Amino acid sequence: MTAARPGGDRPLPEVTTGALFTAFLKVGLSGFGGVLPFARRMLVDQRRWLTEREFIEVLSLSQFLPGPNIVNVTVIVGRRFRGVAGSIAASLGLMLMPLLIVLLLATVYAQVAQHPAVRGATAGVSAAAAGLLLAMAVKMATPIRRTPWQIGIAVLAFVAIGIARVPLPLVLVVLVPLSVAIAWRRRP
Amino acid sequence: MISPALVEIAVEFMILSLLSFGGANAILPEIHQRAVDVHHWMTDADFTQMFALSQAAPGPNVLIVSLIGWKAAGVAGALVAMAAMCGPSSILTYGVAHAWERFRDAPLRIAIQQALAPVTVGLILAAGYVLTLIADKTWQAFIVTGTTVVLSLTTRAHPLWILGAAAAAGAAGLV
Repeated sequence: MTAARPGGDRPLPEVTTGALFTAFLKVGLSGFGGVLPFARRMLVDQRRWLTEREFIEVLSLSQFLPGPNIVNVTVIVGRRFRGVAGSIAASLGLMLMPLLIVLLLATVYAQVAQHPAVRGATAGVSAAAAGLLLAMAVKMATPIRRTPWQIGIAVLAFVAIGIARVPLPLVLVVLVPLSVAIAWRRRP
Repeated sequence: MISPALVEIAVEFMILSLLSFGGANAILPEIHQRAVDVHHWMTDADFTQMFALSQAAPGPNVLIVSLIGWKAAGVAGALVAMAAMCGPSSILTYGVAHAWERFRDAPLRIAIQQALAPVTVGLILAAGYVLTLIADKTWQAFIVTGTTVVLSLTTRAHPLWILGAAAAAGAAGLV
């Protein structure tokens, strides 16, 4: 099936459901500390299923919608080539091995969790993992740090969830429309 | 007979799926509140352990959801949690993908992107803050968290090296 895509600059490559599954299975196995860079390498550099620009568009949609970003990427890429079956094959391929590994790890961990060295190691990893999240927030703030209203929205979201512990649905129902309204009024 | 915990897990994560702007990390405080305070699936300590495990394992960070399900209701809980977390958002993504491509340069699309970016930043920052409060029980732990922030921002060190160093320090009884 070769069809032109809206906005595409070349015909759609021929990609089977099985190829989607195995390609994302490998991506799932390679990702330590973030799977997205490996997904980009496979899709753009290795298999050439997407151009760089197409990948950025897929990624920006994935980040804009709720849900795990990488799962959204698999859904969009799978849909593009093979519809519903492609989406399911790609996302199952991605999650299968990491899920098996983490459950195996959790089962082993449960056996040794009470050992003092393991408890200590867990405390260390937890503390560092919290630090990774904080650092990630700072890095993500780079594109918005020169825009006062965006800083204001970020601070409001932080205070509401982190300090005031307002339930997430309420925060989103108030903040998202407010933020969209400001962005819309300030559009060029 | 389906266990009540499985139904709770399914309902909670199907709701969170559609609220998780910015991915699984952005909803960590909400997951913590529901898993520990509302449903009593686990203690604070269990939650931090599952978070640490999810960070130490390969794969996407949404795996924390499967570990919460696992702790609450075993392997079935893990699978239900993962399916519930990915299902609704995936269906939405599938439906929206086509329209999104058509409106590539629409002003509203650009406004929505600019509007959601700071919300996500605030949510991730809140997640880091809440996790720090839950995970850090000693002043040494706060030092580990602070050092991690500085190393992540000033060096190109792979996160796995930082986690490994923190694990070693902890195993040696320093944290």
